Amino acid sequence: MIEPGTRAPDFTLPDQDGNEVSLADLEGQTSVLVFYPLDFSPTCTDQLNVYQEVLPELESGGAKLYGISVDSAFAHKAFQEQLGVTFPLLADFNPKGEVARAYGVYIGERGHSRRALVMVGPDLTVTWSHESPTPLEVPGANLIFDALEAQRAA
Amino acid sequence: MRGEGRLVIEYGSYECPYCAKADLLLAGAGTERAFRHFPVASKHPRARVLAHAAEAAALQGAFWEMHDSLMADQAHLDDPHLWERCERIGLDLARFEADRRSEQVAERVQRDFRAAIRAGVTTTPTLFVDGVAYAGMPGVEAIAAPGD
Repeated sequence: MIEPGTRAPDFTLPDQDGNEVSLADLEGQTSVLVFYPLDFSPTCTDQLNVYQEVLPELESGGAKLYGISVDSAFAHKAFQEQLGVTFPLLADFNPKGEVARAYGVYIGERGHSRRALVMVGPDLTVTWSHESPTPLEVPGANLIFDALEAQRAA
Repeated sequence: MRGEGRLVIEYGSYECPYCAKADLLLAGAGTERAFRHFPVASKHPRARVLAHAAEAAALQGAFWEMHDSLMADQAHLDDPHLWERCERIGLDLARFEADRRSEQVAERVQRDFRAAIRAGVTTTPTLFVDGVAYAGMPGVEAIAAPGD
């Protein structure tokens, strides 16, 4: 997967409401791209639930979260409403998984991305990345807090 | 804390059916148990209210009584059901009502939640046995004593 120090690959994807979000929109802020396999799968549900629960703390720590999966904007909208998630979910739907591929987290034989976190700094350089050993393993929110702390200390 | 044996710390929620099942498993496993709250609102909307209820009962020395009562029947978790449980356990209801809405109790539950996040907990139940985390419904092997 993409390594820290690399310039984040460009993308433009629709969010759950069909609004386009581009990498350029992330300039000037610290962003965490949350690549997850699939909307409505039990493990992804747990992961997004927990991130939503600590979202105020993550945001006050200076991080903006963006979920990304190969599902469509309409599926994202339904998933977001079911969970009560308030951070944007981006649809890497067409061409399927293109952004996941660019970030090195796409699993071709399964047709979805790995479970991975990518922190992008205000200058659009990747500052930290993490990939779960298996898609069933959810990266705890502690990893994001630790990465934010490390970034502040640097 | 209760019981004797291998220390098992469980992060759970009173609205989580797998936690109720884990509870049964642990009850028969001869372990020393600590229960910590991990209420996730989007998954279990009443979980935080119920965690507060257990901690309010704790202030009257009846944490495990309320814990067992909630785990044993997760189909009746509204306020009138809580009052009924208080009566059954023998709690002072007025005090329980004040305590479960208090800052002290909210902070106690939030402390557990924060500790869970720091420990990387993402689901319920998550058991810590000898510092090793087991996420999801535990197998017997997770809590069996070495050599069992």
